[in-house]
Amino acid sequence: MGIRFILMVNKQGQTRLAQYYEWLTLEERRALEGEIVRKCLARNEQQCSFVEHRNYKIVYRRYASLFFLVGVDNDENELAILEFIHLLVETMDRHFGNVCELDIMFHLEKAHFMLEEMVMNGSIVETSKANILTPIQLMDKSS
Amino acid sequence: MGSQGGFYQSKEFLDLVKSIGEARSKAEEDRIVLSEIETLKRRISEPDIPKRKMKEYIIRLVYVEMLGHDASFGYIHAVKMTHDDSLLVKRTGYLAVTLFLNEDHDLIILIVNTIQKDLKSDNYLVVCAALNVVCKLINEETIPAMLPQVVELLVHPKEAVRKKAIMALHRFYHKSPSSVSHLVSNFRKRLCDNDPGVMGATLCPLFDLITKDVNSYKDLVISFVSILKQVAERRLPKAYDYHQMPAPFIQIKLLKILALLGSGDKQASEDMYTVVGDIFRKCDSSSNIGNAVLYECICCVSSIYPNPKLLESAADVISRFLKSDSHNLKYMGIDALSRLIKISPEIAEQHQLAVIDCLEDPDDTLKRKTFELLYKMTKSTNVEVIVDRMIDYMIRINDNHYKTEIASRCVELAEQFAPSNQWFIQTMNKVFEHAGDLVNIKVAHNLMRLIAEGFGEDDDTADSQLRSSAVESYLRILGEPKLPSVFLRVICWVLGEYGTADGKFSASYITGKLCDVAEAYSNDETVKAYAVTALMKIYAFEIASGKKVDMLPECQTLMEELLASHSTDLQQRAYELQVVIGLDAHAVDCIMPSDASCEDIEVDKGLSFLDGYIQESIEKGAQPYIPESERSGILNISNFRNQDHNEASSHSLRFEAYELPKPTMQSRIPPASLASTELVPVPEPMYPRESYQTPVPSVSLDAGSSELKLRLDGVQKKWGRPTYSPATSTSNSTLQKTVNGITQVDGASTSNSRTRETYDSRKPQIEISPEKQKLAASLFGGSSKTEKRPAAVHKISKASSHVMEKSHVPKYSMEVASEKTASVQQPPDLLDLGEPTVTSTSPLVDPFKQLEGLLDTTQVASAVNHGSIAAIESPDMMTLYADTPAAIRNSDLLSGLSNPSIINMPGDTTTTQPMQSSKGPNLKDSLERDALVRQMGVTPSSQNPNLFKDLLG
Repeated sequence: MGIRFILMVNKQGQTRLAQYYEWLTLEERRALEGEIVRKCLARNEQQCSFVEHRNYKIVYRRYASLFFLVGVDNDENELAILEFIHLLVETMDRHFGNVCELDIMFHLEKAHFMLEEMVMNGSIVETSKANILTPIQLMDKSS
Repeated sequence: MGSQGGFYQSKEFLDLVKSIGEARSKAEEDRIVLSEIETLKRRISEPDIPKRKMKEYIIRLVYVEMLGHDASFGYIHAVKMTHDDSLLVKRTGYLAVTLFLNEDHDLIILIVNTIQKDLKSDNYLVVCAALNVVCKLINEETIPAMLPQVVELLVHPKEAVRKKAIMALHRFYHKSPSSVSHLVSNFRKRLCDNDPGVMGATLCPLFDLITKDVNSYKDLVISFVSILKQVAERRLPKAYDYHQMPAPFIQIKLLKILALLGSGDKQASEDMYTVVGDIFRKCDSSSNIGNAVLYECICCVSSIYPNPKLLESAADVISRFLKSDSHNLKYMGIDALSRLIKISPEIAEQHQLAVIDCLEDPDDTLKRKTFELLYKMTKSTNVEVIVDRMIDYMIRINDNHYKTEIASRCVELAEQFAPSNQWFIQTMNKVFEHAGDLVNIKVAHNLMRLIAEGFGEDDDTADSQLRSSAVESYLRILGEPKLPSVFLRVICWVLGEYGTADGKFSASYITGKLCDVAEAYSNDETVKAYAVTALMKIYAFEIASGKKVDMLPECQTLMEELLASHSTDLQQRAYELQVVIGLDAHAVDCIMPSDASCEDIEVDKGLSFLDGYIQESIEKGAQPYIPESERSGILNISNFRNQDHNEASSHSLRFEAYELPKPTMQSRIPPASLASTELVPVPEPMYPRESYQTPVPSVSLDAGSSELKLRLDGVQKKWGRPTYSPATSTSNSTLQKTVNGITQVDGASTSNSRTRETYDSRKPQIEISPEKQKLAASLFGGSSKTEKRPAAVHKISKASSHVMEKSHVPKYSMEVASEKTASVQQPPDLLDLGEPTVTSTSPLVDPFKQLEGLLDTTQVASAVNHGSIAAIESPDMMTLYADTPAAIRNSDLLSGLSNPSIINMPGDTTTTQPMQSSKGPNLKDSLERDALVRQMGVTPSSQNPNLFKDLLG
């Protein structure tokens, strides 16, 4: 399984994007997001970018006002997930040009499309930015 | 910011996003979302909404759910949108559907058709969009409807499609491994795909398959190694580079796979040494991603058959990680260390200080990782320090999940390595005191048994000393407020058994304490029961020893209260206590012999001592005993007559059913919920008979009429029946209860009281050497000093372990593992150092045997065609990655090469067909459902808005 969920949350704790790779009910998502966001926001810059939560780990990274949180199984390579977050941000950067929280808010579906290209069944399947963005660009053109 | 308010976004949407973005509190955000829900509810069902507008509505719905509110009123519109012709609109619809629904949602059936159609689309982007949904929403039931198409797409000309098709199969494998078990060869083939993206994706399913069954994939070692080599040599397109590292995510996946394949397999491991060594050398250790790959290398090295050179490289990387200022790298270093320590325990020594630093670090994540490391390196020499640290930390945290984990680890380590019993008991006390409610009750039972049994040595004084020290510690602990229930039970039991045994404490003191417990925790009936029984034991011992018993006034009040308790258990215990107190010394001594908790209890299951009494009664004309089985049959019949007007003939049938009340319930419901057409042909001997017998006359009329009508009634009956079928089912269960109950109540109550008696009759004595006590005490004091202390202890432990290691260096890794496993099998006994020699012998034999086994299988495997094909092809094809410009030539070449795989394909598909047809019911099921859906007018080609209104209405 590897990746269980990917969240983007701003520093006020408001969810900006949520993608789960295992089914949770609305209430479960709500509770989970509340718990882990509280945990991660309370940490400082020097501390690890990893937090244990229940029986899995959260790898998180902050970009300006936005936190990227990825929930992974215990046997996942945390450092690689940390870099995966950066790859995601770089990819969004390439598409939006200097991506910011509002870009994701206004183009929520595009951010999701990128994730759909990069992660399937909780595994990282694509890491080439060109491959990730081509379908989205083609769709933009055709519409 | 430039993209703000892109094309086609209405002012309304912009305003919504802005106001959500500007919301300063959760309450404000909730207000905005709630009013948005109202707006959407009104708007979304208006007729003739333009596509773009609808797409926007759907995204607003996504917002509603994302922010934690229910948007189910709009799901159907998202489903409808998946039928759209416009790719962007369709994909947004698909996206929304995957976000809203789970695989078992009722609406899924409405998109199955759309997905099937889209999988056939000429536009590969449409196919990809559909495959995305397949990966999220197809459940076991719908797999057969998708499988043939997905398999076809594995050879689609577009690499993006092949990649997603592979992942769809991966998903099917997750959902139902058997559904794709015949398609595994496809994964092997796609590993040789000429597109690195497809190859990379294929590693995901292969990783899972190899995790499940390593031996079937040993033949792929060479392929994986050669792929990894080419990746590391930068033969992949530049697009896969990340921060100057060539395709690091693929490298990591490959290293994970190699770690699995090389584990315990010397030959396979030897094939890997070169490439892993290369990566160690090539990795850029200044970047995060480089370190991520290095970490994965260490994981691989510590998993495969050990190689000194690689272990050295790994140790170097670890020390660099641990010396780094970055907490992330320290964390990875600690984790890597705990992996490597299994193979080369000596490397921990040089990092002692770093480890202690991490342990002292305020960062919880790092601290926990370090505890994990300590847990793995615990031995009898350092167990005290480590467990002490763990407990200190456990006391400080509130996170119950982790508290449970660390508590169970403390218990495990203490049981396994405890240097002294004294220490063990004190440690357990601490664990119980601070995490009692999180600890498995078995641990408490173990502790009681340990205190009662002593420690197997024939040293009664030591045992009794231990007991009195336990009693003393418990009396002290009882002063603390709010103790966990489990711990209180242990305390009560020990006080009851040994409270007055050494004569230090008077009976009235102990009973007073016990009464306090019962009073302070008056909500906890179990604790009260333990307390009452403990009281009874104390009084019984007093009486048996010829002393006069004066019940404390508080004790008397407690008894009065319990004699009228609502809990029958408490009541019984109180009455028993009353009776025991009234007996003479001899009788009490028989009922409750002191120091007998460890005596074996002989249970006379036949109750033969009652034979005389029975004989007497029968002679007096009493009814003879009827065995349970016969008796329950009689009861059944009579009950049935009363409740269901059943014929006597039905009782045998019914009787069978009662043994498994739940299954019959379930099986009764499904035929109801299924389409009635299926009900009729399914040969289920039980149901027809039952349904014909049970109905009252009016129902039998239905049965007489044509089947079509029967079905219609069947639906109604479903609704009418609940009163009926639950009635029968409850009657079943009550019946069963009464049947079992009658006998069991007798049996249980007698056995209960017996066990209690025997329980009560347990008791040993107490004595402990004062030196032991002092030793333990000094150790405990020592541990609380400073960081240096643990370091010193580590050194000691190291030194001593060195002595051990030197004597049999190569065996060590085995030993650690074996000690672990051995300890699991026979938990509490591993206390001494005598063990290792015993354990080390058996593992010494094992690995070779394993190796032999592995060698055999690999030879066999390599003889298999697949293996050789893959092995030969992959290197060739992989070289092609190198020259991207010459793509055309490549593709020619490739088509030549990939021909065999194409030829193979039809073979595969033909084999799949029989497999599917054998799965008849499923396929038919889904087909019928499809037909049903189509009938209802949901075919994507002709949308029927009325249907949706109906569904919504």
